Amino acid sequence: MLSPLAQTRTAPVQAGAAATPKLLVDGLTKRYGAITALEPTRLEVPAGEFLTLLGPSGSGKTTLLQMICGLVEPSGGRILIDGQDETRTPVHKRDIGLVFQHYALFPHLTVAENIGFPLRMRGVAPADLTRRVKEALEMVHLGHLAGRFPKELSGGQQQRVALARCFVYQPSVILMDEPLGALDKKLREHMQYEIKRLHRETGATIIYVTHDQEEALAMSDRICLMNHARIEQLGTPHDIYARPKTAFAADFIGVSNIFRGQVRRDGSGTPMLVTGNGSFRLSADTPDRPDGTLVVRPEQLDIDGDGDNEVRGEVVDTVYAGSETRVLVSLGGEETITVRLRRGTAPPRLGEVVAVRWRADAGVLVS
Amino acid sequence: MSAAALNHDGAFAAARRRLRFGPLWLAAPGLAFLAIFFLFPVLRLLSLSVQDLETSAWTGDHYARIVATDVYFRVLMSTFRIAGLTALLSLLFGYPLAYWLAQLPERQRGLAILAVMVPFWTSYLVKTFAWMVILGRTGVINQILSGTGMSPLPLLHNEFGVMAGMVHAMLPLAVLTMLPVMTTLDRRLVQAAETLGAPPANAFWLVYFQLSLPGVAAAGLLTFISSLGFFIVPALLGGPQQTMLAQLIISQIQEMLNWAFAGALATFMLVAALVTCWVYDRLFGLSSLSGETSGRTGGGQGRLRGAGMSILSGLAKASTALGGPVGRVLGPRMMDRLLPLYSAAVIVFLVAPALVVVPIAFTTSPFLDFPPPGYGLEWFRVYFNSDLWVSATIRSFAVAFATAILATLVAGLAALALARSSSRWRGAIFAFFLAPMIVPRIVIAVGLFYLFAQIGLVATDLGLIIGHTVLALPFAFVAISAVVKGHDWRLDQAAATLGANRVKTLMLVTVPLIRGGLVAAFLFAFITSFDELTVAIFVSGGVKTTLPKQMWDDMILQLNPTLAAVSVVVFAIVMALLLIAEWLRRPAR
Repeated sequence: MLSPLAQTRTAPVQAGAAATPKLLVDGLTKRYGAITALEPTRLEVPAGEFLTLLGPSGSGKTTLLQMICGLVEPSGGRILIDGQDETRTPVHKRDIGLVFQHYALFPHLTVAENIGFPLRMRGVAPADLTRRVKEALEMVHLGHLAGRFPKELSGGQQQRVALARCFVYQPSVILMDEPLGALDKKLREHMQYEIKRLHRETGATIIYVTHDQEEALAMSDRICLMNHARIEQLGTPHDIYARPKTAFAADFIGVSNIFRGQVRRDGSGTPMLVTGNGSFRLSADTPDRPDGTLVVRPEQLDIDGDGDNEVRGEVVDTVYAGSETRVLVSLGGEETITVRLRRGTAPPRLGEVVAVRWRADAGVLVS
Repeated sequence: MSAAALNHDGAFAAARRRLRFGPLWLAAPGLAFLAIFFLFPVLRLLSLSVQDLETSAWTGDHYARIVATDVYFRVLMSTFRIAGLTALLSLLFGYPLAYWLAQLPERQRGLAILAVMVPFWTSYLVKTFAWMVILGRTGVINQILSGTGMSPLPLLHNEFGVMAGMVHAMLPLAVLTMLPVMTTLDRRLVQAAETLGAPPANAFWLVYFQLSLPGVAAAGLLTFISSLGFFIVPALLGGPQQTMLAQLIISQIQEMLNWAFAGALATFMLVAALVTCWVYDRLFGLSSLSGETSGRTGGGQGRLRGAGMSILSGLAKASTALGGPVGRVLGPRMMDRLLPLYSAAVIVFLVAPALVVVPIAFTTSPFLDFPPPGYGLEWFRVYFNSDLWVSATIRSFAVAFATAILATLVAGLAALALARSSSRWRGAIFAFFLAPMIVPRIVIAVGLFYLFAQIGLVATDLGLIIGHTVLALPFAFVAISAVVKGHDWRLDQAAATLGANRVKTLMLVTVPLIRGGLVAAFLFAFITSFDELTVAIFVSGGVKTTLPKQMWDDMILQLNPTLAAVSVVVFAIVMALLLIAEWLRRPAR
């Protein structure tokens, strides 16, 4: 199904295109007294992109979002939408849509009146308004609930109304502040598809805030990983997962096994990492640095398999998670690594001492 | 950092400062109003009390005279005695009722609370009139007694009459103040105590009672302060031994025009009220009055706390010791019914007096016989054919309507201003808006009378409206604040992101969502004004009289069945408004 709204939209522009970005955040910063909620930050979002701001609470992602929509005043920096400086534009004059975490549906208005609200504020003619509300309702499959009040809807339905209320007036940029946070896991996954579908159909530019890394990986064109009031890493989901730049990025996205150590070169010039658990061969293209953290994903480890590097340890637990089984191997002391068991392999017994191996180019050395 | 960037930052800071100051401006009309018509007159009255009548020099003579003159000193003492006893008895009788109400299921509780709300909002004059009918020499009780051949008891114009009227008037306030604390109290804590091995009596005294103490203290504070300024009940139900300060102040003004001496008496009352507040604030924090949780945990520290704990343990032991034998005598089923039966009895005590007035209003007799010898509309005819009564009724309606509009508007702006302000002045402004509830009405009324006499507002409707608005503001403010506190401001943010400017957001989102609070504020302000006597006693008079003032004058002069007819009409109007307010206060949808 192709929404009628989609016709007015431009096709998604490839990231990195030379055109004016839909949204440009330039040196934007926010301080509350001595506390810095956001360090000066630069961020470009091309038209049609689905960008996720991902990070733990207090990382500055919500502050950034609220400054973009104008609910929080920046301490410095600029916000440009389609090349226009909107830093000082009051909230209600900014052409931005915000989907709230708890939907913020008006309890005294019906579903149709809620969705019609932004159109009313824009002086849309009644006939046109009715038609567009109807289209928006159909887009989220809620045509039959137009006359209900928000309280009479389920959480998932309320979320769809909130989405329709935002998409109906086709704002330049749509911001979503953990919109699925209040839903249970099953419904959340379903709504992820719905939001992606709306994004595809309308070609809207969406900035999405979440602290759920799985959600970010599943939905985004690009992920902007934030920590300690600044951007930690910006890239496609695959980029960030496969080539994390910092230990934080590696740890926050997916499960990681981490070894800290000093970098040495052996006789043939192959970089090695000397750690408390032994020396490990690094991938040949590892950049020069004196020390670092080696990140190896559980699926890259193999119990009693092949590989350039090896650690030995005792199996302390196996965790069955349906689609996969994870094995926890203790390296002595507090150190434990996680290994994803290959399909069709019987899990090792508890207490068994196993050799865990991986290939040199599977690991990534980060700062 | 470059100069340009610095400039940029400076501009932002300035904008922020403007913004932060912005919302508080909404409280400005209310602050100005209270400063002129509440703070200034009260302070002026206090300063009069330390001035010499002729020379205006500083003097402590008036205070010396109060302490030295036996009569005045006795009035002072009896005022504190009656107020203290009233507070104590209201707590004692009210606590079990509040406890019972708190554990009722939500729906039944709403109904039962109405039975407490009705006497709370019933006019003091109607209530007092009812007690005169019940307790009089030929009143309801003595008629019944003489019917059974017993000699009549002296129930009126003595300490018993005053206490009956006072406790009846203050019990609802005590219950309604304790109730919110009890309903929010986590009853699982009592269960937890029992699973940890506490006998029921210990679980109650050491857990539930202790946690409900802030509510008890707040109720004690409010009933004591309110009782201090009473004059209707002691004047009509008491004898010379029960004369209270407010009566003395009224006679000083009305008969002697002795402002300075009245000011000194008012100071005593005000100081007593403020000292009580101060003690309460030290122990519990004033913020818990408005239902906000104070930062303090537990009541008091160190030795005080230890003493309190051992008293409670003693009470627990005593009730276990007492509960055992009593339980054996009455049996477990009777024990379970004890509390509902008690509560029903207290509710009858609260509601019955107003109902006794109804048959008397329809009597055919020119006396207050009970039961009436026959029924008719005679006295309603007298009421509606009397120009004095009709014009007083119309004036009361008009003044109450104007007061309600003014109070709702001013309080609404202030409540909105304070709800979103994080200013350090917030707490002070909040307290200032509640202050007319703490300062005894008689003090405000006398202060306003002095001010109005100077600016020609005595015996004017405007004067009445201003005075009533001062008194109604706290009620309107609390009603709106309660709703605004629960308002989800994200909805206003949502409206803004969807393109609504501030005015549209206010009109289309905020006001419709807090409508219940606004209507409740309007109605409470209306009732406050409609029932108000203290200001009216000074500011209205002659042909410019209000309904309560006319009732008061009649009650002092001669009890008659017309008063019963008027009472029934007043009662019906107030009940109708109250029911509407309650109905609208329920959250919409």
